[in-house]
Amino acid sequence: MFRNQYDTDVTTWSPAGRLFQVEYAMEAVKQGSAAIGLRSKTHIVLGCVNKANSELSSHQKKIFKVDDHIGVAIAGLTADGRVLSRYMRNECINYSFTYESPLPVGRLVVQLADKAQVCTQRSWKRPYGVGLLVAGLDESGAHLYYNCPSGNYFEYQAFAIGSRSQAAKTYLERRFESFTDASRDDLVKDALMAIRETLQGETLKSSVCTIAVVGVGEPFHILDQATVQQMIDAFEIVGEQEGPAAAAGQEASAEPEAEQGGAAAGEGVAPMDI
Amino acid sequence: MTKQQANWSPYDNNGGSCVAIAGADYCVIAADTRMSTGYNILTREYSKICKLADKCVMASSGFQADVKALQKQLAARHLIYQHQHNKQMSCPAMAQLLSNTLYYKRFFPYYSFNVLGGLDNEGKGCVFTYDAVGSYEKVGYSSQGSGSTLITPFLDNQLKSPSPLLLSVQDAVTPLVEAEAIDLVKTVFASASERDIYTGDKIEIVVVNATGIRREYMELRKD
Repeated sequence: MFRNQYDTDVTTWSPAGRLFQVEYAMEAVKQGSAAIGLRSKTHIVLGCVNKANSELSSHQKKIFKVDDHIGVAIAGLTADGRVLSRYMRNECINYSFTYESPLPVGRLVVQLADKAQVCTQRSWKRPYGVGLLVAGLDESGAHLYYNCPSGNYFEYQAFAIGSRSQAAKTYLERRFESFTDASRDDLVKDALMAIRETLQGETLKSSVCTIAVVGVGEPFHILDQATVQQMIDAFEIVGEQEGPAAAAGQEASAEPEAEQGGAAAGEGVAPMDI
Repeated sequence: MTKQQANWSPYDNNGGSCVAIAGADYCVIAADTRMSTGYNILTREYSKICKLADKCVMASSGFQADVKALQKQLAARHLIYQHQHNKQMSCPAMAQLLSNTLYYKRFFPYYSFNVLGGLDNEGKGCVFTYDAVGSYEKVGYSSQGSGSTLITPFLDNQLKSPSPLLLSVQDAVTPLVEAEAIDLVKTVFASASERDIYTGDKIEIVVVNATGIRREYMELRKD
């Protein structure tokens, strides 16, 4: 994506029919540290990589509880994510207060998407620079949605966003068919494996990642470090053997991926259309 | 020209009594379960007690529609507090919130006579008593509702310190053990239901202590 004369304002179209400011906002999401989500019929697991600015500082909070049945993981401008989480929490509280029942996830993501769209059509605003993975349980089952700065939202079986998320997506694409009927623990293990893919060589420890679960009979909560470390230890032994083989496979697939990305931008395919 | 009188009131009194007693490491909150209107009984099994936080319970008598609205408001505000502070509200914090919420409607009050009970941050029992517009005080024991005029003198007789010099207001807990407090509550309600027509059917007793919250019931006169 190169700088051009149509990208100063969010309210300026390019001749090719693109809003560059919105696309730049989606770039901000790609720069943030990774967040992944996957779901089965009854549970959804969110995970994220804890990136700290320096060794001295703490890492930023990227997973937020929105309500007992909804949680969100963010990637990108965490400040924007925090503000949107507060909005989501308020919406859930108000809906609960009025209707004495939990806000259906599908409704919440639409409201979120409409809120994001407003920022793409006002000259005095800028798009939110954060991608949200919304995990929620309602009467129609377990759902995982991705909300982007463009105001679009999609439902996923599993997804990853943020930097080096392609590695996680490749892993998830290989395994997603088994997720629908997976047990809760297997789902968490898959989440940890997906996070490990994004770490690319760095050791997976509970201090590097955060995992949260929501499911039938299980309100949204973030797993504590000890539990996560236990699960890592449980499968790490098997994981080490798979490690070298997987790493070799990834390096081969990463290069064509990058080439494809460059070619697409040149041809002028807007990322929002994907 | 006589002043026009209202032909409709937004309020109704559903009757009932509430009591709370604080101890060194527990708090007992009790209310009867009768809901009435005028001389009729609407139901014999209505709970006037609401758990607001982990260690904080409120009992309210008066107009139950306003009580329900008040409880919902406090529950929503508590959720916001939890999101912002990552912890439950303490009983003294909830006490102040309740006072502010009531005064907010100073010119169209919640017709709700409340008694808040629970454990403070140190695990000591605490009871807060309110009027309809939010004036509140931390006390060792309290009673509100239709039977309060019958119950309070008896509690004073049993629990009131003869002089503030002996037991200062700050210490506001009763010297009773948990079992004694529950017994006292049962006695007091049994007496009140003899003479107050709006109190009876059943008592719901909620005990808050270090192990958590426990609930028990006792039958009362049905007449």
